[in-house]
Amino acid sequence: MTSKTLYDKLWDAHVVRTNEDGTALLYIDRHLVHEVTSPQAFEGLRIAGRKPWRTDAALAVPDHNVPTTDRSTGIEGITDPIARIQVETLDKNCIDFGITEFGMTDKRQGIVHVIGPEQGATLPGMTVVCGDSHTSTHGAFAALAFGIGTSEVEHVLATQCLIQKKSKNMLVRVDGQLGSGVTAKDVVLAIIGRIGTAGGTGYAIEFGGDAIRSLSVEGRMTLCNMAIEAGARAGMVAVDEKTIEYVKGRPYAPTGNVWDKAKKEWEKLHSDDNAVFDKTIVLNGAEIEPQVTWGTSPEMVSGINASIPDPDNESDPVKSDSMKRALEYMGLTANTPISEIKIDKVFIGSCTNSRIEDLRAAAEVAKGNKVAGNVKLAMVVPGSGLVKEQAEQEGLDKIFVKAGFEWREPGCSMCLAMNADRLEAGERCASTSNRNFEGRQGQGGRTHLVSPAMAAAAAIKGHFADVRELGE
Amino acid sequence: MDKFEIHKGLVVPLDRANVDTDAIIPKQFLKSIKRSGFGPNLFDDWRYLDTGEPGMDNSNRPVNTDFVLNHDRYKGGSILIARDNFGCGSSREHAPWALLDYGFKVIIAPSFADIFFNNCFKNGILPIVLSEKEVDDLFKSVDATEGYALTIDLPSQTVTKPDHSTISFEVDEFRKHCLVNGLDDIGLTLQHVDDIRKYEAKRKESAPWLFASHT
Ligand code: SF4
Repeated sequence: MTSKTLYDKLWDAHVVRTNEDGTALLYIDRHLVHEVTSPQAFEGLRIAGRKPWRTDAALAVPDHNVPTTDRSTGIEGITDPIARIQVETLDKNCIDFGITEFGMTDKRQGIVHVIGPEQGATLPGMTVVCGDSHTSTHGAFAALAFGIGTSEVEHVLATQCLIQKKSKNMLVRVDGQLGSGVTAKDVVLAIIGRIGTAGGTGYAIEFGGDAIRSLSVEGRMTLCNMAIEAGARAGMVAVDEKTIEYVKGRPYAPTGNVWDKAKKEWEKLHSDDNAVFDKTIVLNGAEIEPQVTWGTSPEMVSGINASIPDPDNESDPVKSDSMKRALEYMGLTANTPISEIKIDKVFIGSCTNSRIEDLRAAAEVAKGNKVAGNVKLAMVVPGSGLVKEQAEQEGLDKIFVKAGFEWREPGCSMCLAMNADRLEAGERCASTSNRNFEGRQGQGGRTHLVSPAMAAAAAIKGHFADVRELGE
Repeated sequence: MDKFEIHKGLVVPLDRANVDTDAIIPKQFLKSIKRSGFGPNLFDDWRYLDTGEPGMDNSNRPVNTDFVLNHDRYKGGSILIARDNFGCGSSREHAPWALLDYGFKVIIAPSFADIFFNNCFKNGILPIVLSEKEVDDLFKSVDATEGYALTIDLPSQTVTKPDHSTISFEVDEFRKHCLVNGLDDIGLTLQHVDDIRKYEAKRKESAPWLFASHT
């Protein structure tokens, strides 16, 4: 038998048929649905008179447009009438087509990529899709998970399949151990800094190596979440005891005999020893510092103790030009030490970093401190209602509020600023989200991507600061 | 979906790398539950000087005269050329919908982000990958020649310049077939219902946990 990569195994297990041109009809096990990319797909089904192939494979939740302030008035609390229509449309579509939805006032509501794993709706070995590019998150469970467009959402609803072309295999290996204060977010930013935002285009990335193995499952989700920022539609990590432990006992996870059988199958979900990758990248985990982005693309990133690079030292004219444009947009000058950059707002949340471990890490830094005077708003937005509940049981909300942070209801919030949470033009934000594109968090807003601990440190200091040196 | 065979159109140069889907259609317009009407808000942040909101009368808004879509010589353009990694970012299909609604039928760049590239084909837009050098030459020609137009022939996979020289490009056979014939791929997949059912039956045996029902 030939050796296979994890991606090869996942792919092969889901091929329904191979078309003459080499594309495959791929079977989809789990389809996550949210309000922004689904209305036109349901409309398409209605127009064609089609029904969902398998309603039990789909799970829906509104997250992008929901307010993060008081939920007690339910859908009426969405003041933006157009956003409200979109959330209402999802509710209606789920009722009409018989799809399970965690509605806005359901305790299990949250960001689609947080609730899938939380419910055990994401299981090892599955194919998972969602009309959202950060679906790569679910690859942390050795699942083949990728984002799709609305036409494909409709295609999956109607056929439970997608027409796909196989990607190439890339291994990103992070050897050694991470230093203290260095998190999964820093690892993935360092990887993107190394290979670039198009470095993974056309590939499925498997993350491996000792540093990855030692990450928690939640850390692996952060890592896979940002595979898409490296250009790869899918990122994944092999199964180990941590994966299985995490899945066990979750509402959608199998039990009894079926669990035992599943576990046996899942244990095979790793690349074979002699598997061949089309490309391998190796990083030394010990060398990775806490990271801060300084530009308008996630690849524009440096260690906290570095200075902003000088576009004049960049030999590639296209790159140099986009660096200049980025610095102009960000209102920054080359050669400024990163730690001297002052911030106006702090956002801790998003599908990258809003799980319980993220909140614990931020709270540890915030504990006993106060948000700096120049910071106008520091907000913490849990990834789901259940994360929020857990955090409150641990008293994290009190720590945050005492330090001057706002404690919000779950949703995407200022990650993409579709609801009321956003930056004003010129405002600078330390954000735990995944995209620092122009205008991402509000028109003219300036986003710096960091880990939750680094975001909390920036909130306390009023400027970026090395979380490892805090309190010294 | 409209059929795509031969298209001749004016070329618009967007001289940027990493043009992301947030730039193509900013998030506030994603609240729409329709597929059409996004054209006036294509590249909204770059195109107008104020902040666009859904439902605004776009004809009265102050425009950014520096931005290429607002240059008279590029009005009515239907072929967009750009630099590396066009369409990176979110999976929003609103991006190709906005490009199409504005009138773009073809996008040429040295590389595209995967999801965006795929979404284009589903909506009758042809994304063409040419080498960096070829794209760079096009930028120079467009800049030098007012009214610079190209003819794109999908069946023969060629781009023809005004001087009749041609560049050939690669395209996936299946995608080409769908685009040329304007085929809906859900319909195509449903021709394989038996294969899907057979696969499901086998999977239910070997991995029953994938078919457990929850409510
Ligand atoms: S948190 Fe941000 S990146 Fe994640 S799904 Fe929501 S909008 Fe997208």
